[in-house]
Formats: sequence, structure tokens, C-alpha cells
Amino acid sequence: MYVSQDQQKSKALTIAVTGLNANDNPGPGLAVIRALREGFRDELRIIGLAYETLEPAIYLKDQIDKTYQIPYPSAGVKALVERLNYIQENENIDVLIPNFDAELYNFIKIEKELLSVGIKTFLPSHKQLEERDKVNLKAFGDKNNFKIPADEVIFKSSDIEASAEKFGYPLLVKGKFYDAYVVQNASDAHKAFHKLHAKWGLPIIIQEFIKGTEINIAGLGDGKGNAISVIPMRKMYITEKGKAWAGITIEDEKLIALAQDFAKATNWKGGFELEIMKNDKGDLYIMEVNPRFPAWIYLTVASGQNQPKALVDLALGNPIDEFSTYKTGKMFIRYAWDNVVDVEEFQKFSAFGEL
Amino acid sequence: MKLKSNIATSENGFIFNPATGDSFTSNGIAAEILAYMKLAETEQEIKKRILDKYEVEPSQLERDWDDYMLQLKEANLLDL
Repeated sequence: MYVSQDQQKSKALTIAVTGLNANDNPGPGLAVIRALREGFRDELRIIGLAYETLEPAIYLKDQIDKTYQIPYPSAGVKALVERLNYIQENENIDVLIPNFDAELYNFIKIEKELLSVGIKTFLPSHKQLEERDKVNLKAFGDKNNFKIPADEVIFKSSDIEASAEKFGYPLLVKGKFYDAYVVQNASDAHKAFHKLHAKWGLPIIIQEFIKGTEINIAGLGDGKGNAISVIPMRKMYITEKGKAWAGITIEDEKLIALAQDFAKATNWKGGFELEIMKNDKGDLYIMEVNPRFPAWIYLTVASGQNQPKALVDLALGNPIDEFSTYKTGKMFIRYAWDNVVDVEEFQKFSAFGEL
Repeated sequence: MKLKSNIATSENGFIFNPATGDSFTSNGIAAEILAYMKLAETEQEIKKRILDKYEVEPSQLERDWDDYMLQLKEANLLDL
């Protein structure tokens, strides 16, 4: 039988990625894509999945081959499945990597449906997602011997006073999904409550303030209790929104052990980020557990452990690179860049939901 | 006084602590002392080198040494 040369070539891997909002509160999508491009080189096609028309990475054509608009999580799983089925007919996606906390519930729910049309994922379970939720984090820590700052979950702004009396100021006021404010007094606490309520809904979490050094850990769990890669990063420049704008990889066995203990306690499957506060005594408090890769994930590649590529390999059942060491002292310094596009591109994406 | 084993130093006086991500700059003589410390020389050996090489009174060296060690300790660079 004659087989053409083109058909003999292996098909380029097609990976769909969300979190294209590379803004001042950046989604991890663009960094994940950069890591994948470095890991898979030319044998890769990237499909962007965006919610809004001004997500910057939509218009970075050297990074994303094609972007489709998808429905907001609030539209429900039926709308998401319909849209993804349409995209799959055109793109033949191999692996999909969701990068937003708020969309994960739906993506986990449709995992099997995605698999039935050939789209593989590597996601935590709903139980894992719930356990590390901000609302349940303290109980999770108590159960597994992790240090977590004391907190209270409140539904009314009038409950702030009781929490403040218990913990004292300053306090951390945190939204259900994203955003947190350090407040010094009751007036600021109420303002923060209403801002977060308007943006993310209820409940709001009031958390004890821990003074110390902010360290984040990017990890990848294999779903069997192992963290196959762990990279700790100290924040060097923090934006008003508390996001790392510059950071450096550090070497600390206690941090590595903490991430490994987390993966073991949860059997975590997929990317995760531990937000840590290290106090003067060296105690490590877990402030948050993000159920996905962080926006600084490319630093894991720069320091020698390509976590997004490893996640794709795990999803595909491929053998994964063995990670034993990483480079400390690798820094990232994020920058803003004005990408200029013609209005036709914006119009095309706005009107047709594809670009 | 022993420098932590993982502390990285460069000839131009840059000091990096990979455990914390902290970095510092030091002047020439401070960098030189660090280099001796990295070679595991004792306090007395290093002081003798400095006294032999530079015009400095032993009492002044003692004061400066104590001050420098305090700075290194506060910067979390010493293995205590």
C-alpha cells in the first residue's frame, strides 16, 4: 500500500489552554504555553480558549495558533460541552489544560465526556478541589498537620467585628475565588468585604495576618501521592494585588518536604501552587492552595523542570522526564508590553468568537 | 564563625543566599574575608592575613571584625 510522506509524519500535538488574561492579575495560560512550546518545540499546535475579547494572549499569534471563545462557568456544563465539541470537530485537541480556579469544577465534571471525544486532561477530583478550597483550608490543615492561619468564613459584613476581636488587626480579607486585602481597621475591612462580595460573591474569608516572607511553590502531583516536581520561589517584587512581579528560585528542604507532604496527603493530580508565609521562626504557613499552575510557571522551565510539559506527558500516558535537581537563583522579572493589532482582529473575535 | 555552606559569593562582592533568595553586595575587603571563610580558614588565620596585608591596627581590626560578623549573622549567612 502506498503511504504518502505527509501521512507518515506523526501528527503535531494539539493542546488547548485557558487563562489567556496576561494582565496585572495574570492567568497562567501564556506561561503554560511558553513552557509547552519550549518542551515540544515545533511539534505543537496551541488552541487558546478565552472568555473575554480582551484577553491579551488571544492576539499573540506567535504563541497561539487559534483561539476560541468559550462560555463563562456560570453558563453551566452543557454550554461548555457543546462549545468544546464544536471546537474539537475543527481542531482535534489531544490535551486540554484549564488554568482558572473558577472553571475547574466544570472541567472536572466533563472529564469523561472530553475523553470520549479524544481530549485528555490531568485534573484533581472534586473532592481534592473542595478540600483545599479557601473556605475549607483551615480544617484541611488541621486534619493533615499543616500550619494554616486561623480564619472565619462570613456571609455578613456585620460579622467582621467579631473576627477582628478574635484575631486583631491587621487582618486579611479574602474573596471566594481570588483577591485579598490586608486591612488595618474596621472601615477598610468593610470596604474590602463589599468589593469582594460584588466581584466574587459570598462567602468572604477573614484570615489572621501572618507576618513573614512570601514564598510560593509550584508543584505537579501524579495523582498517586507523589509530587514529581516541586519548585519554590521567593517573591521579590509584589504588586498591589499581591502578585509576584519578580521572583527567584530558592533552595529549602523544608519547602520541598511541605509540597511533597501536600501531594501525599491529597493524592493531588495535576498542577498546584502553595502560597506560603515563612515567619521569623521559620514556621511555614500555607496561606492558600491554588489548584492549577501559577502565572510564574515558566520559571520551573528556566530552573530545569518543565512542569507543564510533564503534565501533558502524564495526561498522554507518556514516560515523564525525571526531575532530581533544579537551579536556584533563577529569577523572573515580568514586564508589560503593548501588543498592537488591527481592529479587524478584535472585531473578528468579538463577532465570531474565533481568531 | 563559619559561613553557611550553600552561600554563593563572587569576586566582585556579590553574596547570594539560595535558601532565602536574599542577595547582598559587599566592598572589596569584605569580599576578601568571605573568600577566606569559604576556604574554611579560621578567624585567627584570616585576621593574620589582613594584618599582614593591610595597614590596620589590631584593635581596629577587632572592632571591624565584630561589626562585620554581626552583619553576616543578621543577614542569616552564618552557620551558628
